[in-house]
Amino acid sequence: MQTASLGVDIGSVSTKGVVLSESGEILASEYLWTEGDPVAATKKIIRSLKRQLPSSVVIGSVGTTGSARRLIGAMLEADVVKNEITAHAKGTLSRYPDVRTIIEIGGQDSKLILIRGGVVTDYAMNTLCAAGTGAFLSSQAKRLGIPVEELGDVALRSKYPAKIAARCTVFAESDLVHKAQAGHAKEDLVAGLCHAVVLNYLNNVGKGKQILEPIVFQGGVSKNKGVVHAFQQELKSRIHVDSHSHLMGALGAALLARGAKRSRPFDCEIVDLHFQTGVHTCVGCSNHCEIISFYRDGSLLDRWGNRCEKGLCQKENVS
Amino acid sequence: MPDKLAISFPHLGDYSVVFTQLIRHLFPDARVFPAPPMTQKTVELGSRYSPDFVCAPFKFNLGNYLEALEQGANVLVQTGTGCRYGYYGELQEQILRDLGYRFQFVCLSRERAKPAALYRHIRNLGCPLSFPRMAEAMLLACESIRAMDRYEYWMREQVAFETVPGSFEKVRQQLFADIAQADSLADLQKAKAKCRKASAALKTDPPQHPLRVGIVGDLYTLMEPFSNFFVEQQLIRQGISVSRVMGVWFLLFGKNHKQALKDSHPYLGYTVGANGVDSVAQSLAYAKKGYDGIIHMKSFGCIPELNATPALMNLSRDWDIPILHLSFDSHTSETGVQTRLEAFADMIRMKKEEGRIADSQFGRGYRFGVH
Repeated sequence: MQTASLGVDIGSVSTKGVVLSESGEILASEYLWTEGDPVAATKKIIRSLKRQLPSSVVIGSVGTTGSARRLIGAMLEADVVKNEITAHAKGTLSRYPDVRTIIEIGGQDSKLILIRGGVVTDYAMNTLCAAGTGAFLSSQAKRLGIPVEELGDVALRSKYPAKIAARCTVFAESDLVHKAQAGHAKEDLVAGLCHAVVLNYLNNVGKGKQILEPIVFQGGVSKNKGVVHAFQQELKSRIHVDSHSHLMGALGAALLARGAKRSRPFDCEIVDLHFQTGVHTCVGCSNHCEIISFYRDGSLLDRWGNRCEKGLCQKENVS
Repeated sequence: MPDKLAISFPHLGDYSVVFTQLIRHLFPDARVFPAPPMTQKTVELGSRYSPDFVCAPFKFNLGNYLEALEQGANVLVQTGTGCRYGYYGELQEQILRDLGYRFQFVCLSRERAKPAALYRHIRNLGCPLSFPRMAEAMLLACESIRAMDRYEYWMREQVAFETVPGSFEKVRQQLFADIAQADSLADLQKAKAKCRKASAALKTDPPQHPLRVGIVGDLYTLMEPFSNFFVEQQLIRQGISVSRVMGVWFLLFGKNHKQALKDSHPYLGYTVGANGVDSVAQSLAYAKKGYDGIIHMKSFGCIPELNATPALMNLSRDWDIPILHLSFDSHTSETGVQTRLEAFADMIRMKKEEGRIADSQFGRGYRFGVH
């Protein structure tokens, strides 16, 4: 009998799950697309993790992070529901105890976490737009007719990367079209694109921050070798990319949950239950809060979106 | 104007209590009411008729005016000095007139906020009070603001550790109710005494090393909690003591520009407009006092605070104090703010923990460049 900890990171684009043993090794992991349905994605994740686990493993604690952390936290009855920054820092620190800079680029957001002496001392997140994130890269990959997984290899073949405006996705896109029509080779365009992502990141997220070595790069985009290469060139330093770089958030969530005192172990059968969300507008005042109710097999699990207690639903406030 | 005066004004935190009291005294025959409570609808309404890139306070104000006009207001009040907020009144008046509303607009901006001009404006509106009575009403309002700001400042620092949930808020509500009712300085003295007595009975249970966060930034975003997604309350819920100097009393009587410029040395050499200098001076004071973090809030596009930002970044680096910069707009996502705040609270908590461990171990030295 072995006790383990489950961490789930439900991002906008992909969902990640990790089962961590008490000694900190990864017993099972899964990564798949969220496809706009976090509940279904989580179900798939749990099923897959269960298949990978030997039957002697008991899941003693659960942590969730990512943009759907609250929803999935309620679904899995999580012990810990944590924001992405703390989770990522925790996960990375477990593998790189002396890391000083974490660069994280995910599907919809990008973060920079500065760590000094094992403690997060500063962080930044992209504020205004999704330029320089995975979503931008994948939409451009589609335009160029290249599967997003192959972007990195294509980029590395380039000898003369095209210069692509990095300020904003709209400019980058029109620039890309222009360069393509002017006759630049595809690999040069892709390399230029990767460079644009890096420049955008450093200008928007990294502005004014001290990026010191050792630097760890993670999140889905870290799998793209072209972007890693561009970071290396821009920062003139070595960039570490872990083989589990896409799982760091889930890893951190599992670590944070570890040691939680849970009345009964997590039951993987939970995924066979029927989960349902309902949205209604509270009519208690003119705020018109959108209240989201989360049901399991018809019984209410949790409710949120309210600005005041009224929203926590007396029936008469619901239309 | 043949109609009975119906005077209304936009919201600014809970100061509507005092503004109502003051205008009620100055114009005994008028109907006085603050704009309807701020809701999401107010913001939508205000944004619809505002230029898109104007800063958020403009939109909130305009939403307030529109809702107040719907409630039958025929006199609207606006003020503002310092930054471009001082020019908003004219534009808002024009927008509302273009929409076809009929009202009187009392714009006490810029030089019109000076006492002589203020007096003329009040007389023109038909204030029947003698000058001494008028001064008394003003004095009462000022004293009310002082009482309010004092209690709220103290409450922000303490409320995170209250043993009975809601006990501080109850005293605050009572004080506000008393201030709204007060008709003389004697009434106010009674209210203050009552509040002092009630607050002496409040119990707190602070931890040995509580987390302390200072809040600086532009005046509207700081004072109107609706516009900043109730950042202070979110921090307080996480057990953090919050300090904020900004308040109407501070703006009216507490500001000392020369001193603030001196206090912000060496980060600012000259003024950067509105409250930018105060933000830097206050941040430096927090850093020197050993606060755990600072939250710098501004409305999107606020130039004075934008000017102060590089100085704050340098300060953050030199003093090793984290500063979270938040910028608010009518489009800002609440989830995004929450995530950042949670991460900020986690960060300063971990940092404090680590610092205390390091301080207790000889030769490790957390802040001495070993890392």
